[in-house]
Amino acid sequence: MDSLISIVTFLPLVAAIILALFLRGDDDAARANAKWLALIATTASFLLSLFLLAGFDPSAPGFQFVEERDWILGMSYRVGVDGISILFVMLTTFLMPLVILACWDVTVRVKEYMIAFLVLESLMLGVFVALDMVLFYLFFEAGLIPMFLIIGIWGGQNRIYAAFKFFLYTFLGSVLMLVAMIAMYAEAGTTCIGACGADNVALLSHAFPSLPISVLGVDVPGGMQTLLWLAFFASFAVKMPMWPVHTWLPDAHVQAPTAGSVVLAAILLKMGGYGFLRFSLPMFPVASDLLAPLVLWMSAIAIVYASLVALAQSDMKKLIAYSSVAHMGYVTAGIFSANQQGLDGAIFQMISHGFISGALFLCVGVVYDRMHTREINAYGGLVNRMPAYAMIFLLFTMANVGLPGTSGFVGEFLTLMGIFQANTWVAFVATTGVILSAAYGLWLYRRVVMGDLIKESLKSITDMSRREKWIFAPLVAMTLLLGVYPALVTDIIGPSVETLVSDYETAQADAEAATRLAQN
Amino acid sequence: MMTSADFSILLPEISLAVYAMLALLVGVYTGKDKLAPTLVWLTAAVFVILAGWIGLAPGGTRPAFDGLFISDAFARFAKVTILLSAASVLVMSEGYMARRDLLRFEYPVLVSLGVVGMLVMVSAGDLMTLYMGLELQSLALYVVASLRRDSVKSTEAGLKYFVLGALSSGLLLYGASLTYGFSGTTLFSGIIVAVGNDAPLGLIFGLVFIASGLAFKVSAAPFHMWTPDVYEGSPTPVTAFFATAPKVAAMALFARVVHDAFGGVVGDWQQIIALISVASMFLGAVAAIGQTNIKRLMAYSSINHMGFALMGLASGTAFGVQAMLVYMAIYVVMNIGTFAFILTMERDGKPVVDIRSLNMYSRREPLRALAMLVLMFSMAGVPPLVGFFGKFYVLSAAVQSGLGWLAILGVIASVIAAYYYLRIVFYMYFGEEGETLDTAQSPLLWTFLMASAAIMVLGVVNLFGIEGAAAAAAATLVN
Repeated sequence: MDSLISIVTFLPLVAAIILALFLRGDDDAARANAKWLALIATTASFLLSLFLLAGFDPSAPGFQFVEERDWILGMSYRVGVDGISILFVMLTTFLMPLVILACWDVTVRVKEYMIAFLVLESLMLGVFVALDMVLFYLFFEAGLIPMFLIIGIWGGQNRIYAAFKFFLYTFLGSVLMLVAMIAMYAEAGTTCIGACGADNVALLSHAFPSLPISVLGVDVPGGMQTLLWLAFFASFAVKMPMWPVHTWLPDAHVQAPTAGSVVLAAILLKMGGYGFLRFSLPMFPVASDLLAPLVLWMSAIAIVYASLVALAQSDMKKLIAYSSVAHMGYVTAGIFSANQQGLDGAIFQMISHGFISGALFLCVGVVYDRMHTREINAYGGLVNRMPAYAMIFLLFTMANVGLPGTSGFVGEFLTLMGIFQANTWVAFVATTGVILSAAYGLWLYRRVVMGDLIKESLKSITDMSRREKWIFAPLVAMTLLLGVYPALVTDIIGPSVETLVSDYETAQADAEAATRLAQN
Repeated sequence: MMTSADFSILLPEISLAVYAMLALLVGVYTGKDKLAPTLVWLTAAVFVILAGWIGLAPGGTRPAFDGLFISDAFARFAKVTILLSAASVLVMSEGYMARRDLLRFEYPVLVSLGVVGMLVMVSAGDLMTLYMGLELQSLALYVVASLRRDSVKSTEAGLKYFVLGALSSGLLLYGASLTYGFSGTTLFSGIIVAVGNDAPLGLIFGLVFIASGLAFKVSAAPFHMWTPDVYEGSPTPVTAFFATAPKVAAMALFARVVHDAFGGVVGDWQQIIALISVASMFLGAVAAIGQTNIKRLMAYSSINHMGFALMGLASGTAFGVQAMLVYMAIYVVMNIGTFAFILTMERDGKPVVDIRSLNMYSRREPLRALAMLVLMFSMAGVPPLVGFFGKFYVLSAAVQSGLGWLAILGVIASVIAAYYYLRIVFYMYFGEEGETLDTAQSPLLWTFLMASAAIMVLGVVNLFGIEGAAAAAAATLVN
């Protein structure tokens, strides 16, 4: 099949259009139809993406399944996957049916809800498969629209503030990236990222000028690369989110409905990390090297700071949101340590965090659906009435902490190994985050699940339903599987990461030689 | 010497003028406003036919009357856009005007005359032609602005528009006379020779005054003051008209003057236009934040959009002009759709302009709300909607000609402006239940709204091939 990627990507969108155009009415039957159609479409997309995985040759480092069509302005619609992006595609298609199942009980505007998630899935997949810079931007930005609506329409009490903050914050970050992209287009003469055919130059192999230039009287080392890097950083750091531009995330998470939080934490945040891997590191190696200490220290601060803030939270979702910020700190530090272990670890951590944080938000959703509060103080002793829930929540708390045997451990261990080689002190600070994550994770678990069930309101709480258990089953399986057999991921990303690292080092050497030449 | 060849080039404009006068005669002789609906539809049909005629006419550049009037690909692109948007607005306004007893036979006649002026403007090859076209257009617009004779606001709008418009015409005339004085000719083709690559100071003064006059017509800051008041005071269909066709005409004229007459001193006018562009983008973005009147909001929105279109012009390249034309075409389509929506906003038969009345609109009219949502995000420049591509074009043009700072300021302004577009979405989707608007009845307005929204979504495929036409148009203007 020549257009398998496009089919996987746009199948949910087609389902959304069918829903929008042909589903009438708002009775129970119509709602059920909407849910089932969404479930079928996302599942079909997942099954088709399995063919993608099966047909993918992990030993080849380049892009595979490439499709190309002409578009406007000399750009082209070009999609494809390499070892890095295919995993994000799989993560997205794997999680979306679970997300749809997780919002099975929604009663408000079900049809629109399903449409929003289906459109969002297509856009997220588009981000990971796009091989044209502008196409990437298109998907990257367009995802804001459904997410804005999901938070704004189905969110909590303070949803309007959160929706506006989410939108404007990320929009401001991204438009700077747009200007940088246009400047790159003017410089390289192409918008094609990779696999551009014979005559076309690829951005991935274009050497952007790195000789120092002067901007408004200030000498910028790394020259154009640094400016472009900063513009991309503005976008990806907000998306990631990195300290100190993370403040939109807790608001968005707390106010978003459960399914929205899951998508946000598990997939949308990964776009930032993916962007670093696809653009910042390979395209601006000199600037990346120059600014890596900054990123490493920002990540270290993020890990410690966000963990401490998480300790002080009284809202479960906010706590997990800050824990996400801390875990994303490992990812950015791993990426900018720019060695094999660091990059492997960062990608692994992103995938694993996709399962774990998604599951944790679902765990909050389970009790929220019953008690309609996210206050930690409102709970306690749930283990007495909800043994299955206690079990699952424990597993994911432990995975979040990074217990060996779960996927969380592999990610943290690999990234710390990579960071250690790049900067020992950052690794030292980052490691304290492991202890802190145990502190807030276990403390949360103790306050919510352990102890005696004394609160009157909790006396009649029921354990998880069969549907809820089925949602968690695949997540449990993946967390444990990746924990004991991480090669599942590392084998696929290996060759791509190797190429990335060696290209990065070659570019480094080339730039140094060029600088020396310029000085002589 | 006048020849029939010259007249044949001018034939579409002459036909329209003759049509307008015939319609006026018929209207006066029968003395009946009940002829008006027919006349509206007839005029719109004439516009569409003319658009087809001009659009399908043989290509090439054909000057008439020794260069006083130029018919080229650039003029054709602008004219088709003007005619089609004027036709759409006319058709859209029929129901609204009829129900409010505003539908007089003068309305289509005045609009036709205004359109004749616009067609002459975009083809102007001489300062005299420029002024004639501009004044014909402006006079017609002054009158339609105060069409609602018994309304203080409408009269005020017309008067304000007239006084400030006269001032700007004065500025423009002063600039034209300076230019004539220093170059010895009013023909653009002569001025560009006199200007050369290093214009004398007098000509630069002339350029500045002409640019100020034109900036007034496109409602760019700091010459924008009339816009919110006129938009608010005029009857809504007239506002819709103001927001579309005249803007295209003025912007095209702007491009023609700076490139045809002052193409040798790009550096001199580039900074002026860049500054006007920045001022418009920011003023349009910031001033609308507190607005709750949707017509005033649209006024600031159009100031903001003009800033972006001027960014394309400021780059001073053929690609910049192409970007500007694409931007204007997209802008017009978005505005027609948005005004088709605004025209249906009424409660108990009275027009409502407060955006807070849109509370939870999506619950009652999901499809219309969705279309409006698409249009608002498109105006904000969020991909994959077509509005994004307009911004992408002008930003590319600016960056490619070394105006990176302008592009950066532009995107920052676009984020600020996104706030008030989002606010409309916010009222429609997340607001509180309040007093509801009447259910919209007009299938015609529905069609325009849906078509506009559909274009915004489907344009992502290839922008309906507008790119090629705009490129050809720009190529004839900039050598």
